[in-house]
Amino acid sequence: MNRLEFRDVTMRFADASARQSLTAIEGVSFSIADGEVVALIGPSGCGKSTLLNIGSGLYAPSAGQAFVDGEQVQGPSRHVAFMLQKDLLLPWRTIAQNVALGVEIQGQTKSECARRANELLRGFNLADFAGRYPHQLSGGMRQRVALARTLAIDPSVLLLDEPFSAVDAQTRISLQHDLAQTLKRAAKTALLITHDLLEAVILSDRVLVMSARPGRIVDEIPIEIGYRDEPLRRRQDGKVAGYMARLMERLEIVRPASDQPHALQPA
Amino acid sequence: MTPISRTALIRRGTAASIALLLIFLAAWEWGPRLLGIPTFIVPPASAVYTEFVRMLVVNHLMFHTGVTAAEVIAGFILGSLLGAVFGYLLGMSPTAEFALSPYILALQIAPKVAFAPLFIMWMGFTVYPKILVAILIVFFPVMVNVLTAIRGIDPDLINLARSFTASRAQVFWKIEFPSSMPPLFASLRIGATLAVVGVVVGELVGGNFGLGYLLTFGEGQANTPMVFVCILMLTLIGGIAYLAVIWLEQRVLHYVPARPLGGL
Repeated sequence: MNRLEFRDVTMRFADASARQSLTAIEGVSFSIADGEVVALIGPSGCGKSTLLNIGSGLYAPSAGQAFVDGEQVQGPSRHVAFMLQKDLLLPWRTIAQNVALGVEIQGQTKSECARRANELLRGFNLADFAGRYPHQLSGGMRQRVALARTLAIDPSVLLLDEPFSAVDAQTRISLQHDLAQTLKRAAKTALLITHDLLEAVILSDRVLVMSARPGRIVDEIPIEIGYRDEPLRRRQDGKVAGYMARLMERLEIVRPASDQPHALQPA
Repeated sequence: MTPISRTALIRRGTAASIALLLIFLAAWEWGPRLLGIPTFIVPPASAVYTEFVRMLVVNHLMFHTGVTAAEVIAGFILGSLLGAVFGYLLGMSPTAEFALSPYILALQIAPKVAFAPLFIMWMGFTVYPKILVAILIVFFPVMVNVLTAIRGIDPDLINLARSFTASRAQVFWKIEFPSSMPPLFASLRIGATLAVVGVVVGELVGGNFGLGYLLTFGEGQANTPMVFVCILMLTLIGGIAYLAVIWLEQRVLHYVPARPLGGL
């Protein structure tokens, strides 16, 4: 069964001049099966985050539909949770209270909120920090708390928008490991938006490549490496280089000098 | 400079402050005499103290101080409440803010104390015009700070709450309201001192009670020590109001990383 599906989704925004509209994404269709992790990469400004906002029900698409668990997305739902590059922790709440934000909004009792938060914090080795405030934690720990908050509402789909791009390289490796383990253990479905090609390859079952604006899906690469819950092991796999090369080619990151669009032309 | 511990900083700082106070009092007591300044221009500290004791008995100083303090408290609380409520309402409605902004700006530019004679004409020689000037003068900094705080909230934070299916009220109480606390308290500190200004101007303009009235009374009698006593008492009221705000701020904003002396 498809947990998340985009059917011919187009999003236009009114331009600053209001004369014409700006098409962020156009005719995007793809679906993610139960328990699958799909990475989405593309040049900056190609509308990846717009897609995430549509999936979480924060924006309504200009055309097309998004579906979660077969139901059309009409607004924010309990089945979808998102996580951004920014941890978005509330400085006036303790770590446990931050983790419980979603369940609290959804009307759970105080004791249930505390129970859920403490259980997740134990899972992330953060139990000792439950009563601390966000400013007392390191960037990597804060991002782990943000992941716990995302999982606390027990969503069927996780939308992750460059969740680790603001942390240092070593912390990122450890966070990638935590995420991969968590997604596998809880059998969650996830859409992972990232700039990091290696991250896309080592964390996902499938990589979708988007074009520059207006964003369209231009390629779909199944990652056939296995052991998706062990990104550290995947890093060392021989097939990774091949996938990376294909992604670089699709993203036109390196192209021959003669192919430069802005190269000077002889008169 | 080597870094010093917080307790050492407080100890050294307090000692220096007390020393400065003693130097200031000594300079006040003997300085004018040494420079040949007549006592009716700058009365020495001892003369001001003597006048203070005399005023306690003869001029009901505590009654007037109490009236002024009550007006300051009433004006400060009502002005802050109104300012905060309008700040939140305008913060949540960009249309209302756009429509009202020229009028708000005009009222903000208008010198609030200039309204004092008008309010006295409307309400007579009662406490109400004084409180009203204080309300008016406290209102704007509080409203502007709250409005700016609401406008400045990271939209992703609002989206996060909305993605958790938060209602409009939940977004306000769980995100917007707590986010506005630090700027709100910054404006309350300003408001606490401004409230005293508003009340005194009201009392100077008309009435027969309050420290502002005693100020004009002392001025009429060319009683310089009396004027000094009134200024000191007004400073005392403002200082206590300011410290009360800081006391509350430290309880509400306990999650903010500690600053020496609570960022006095």
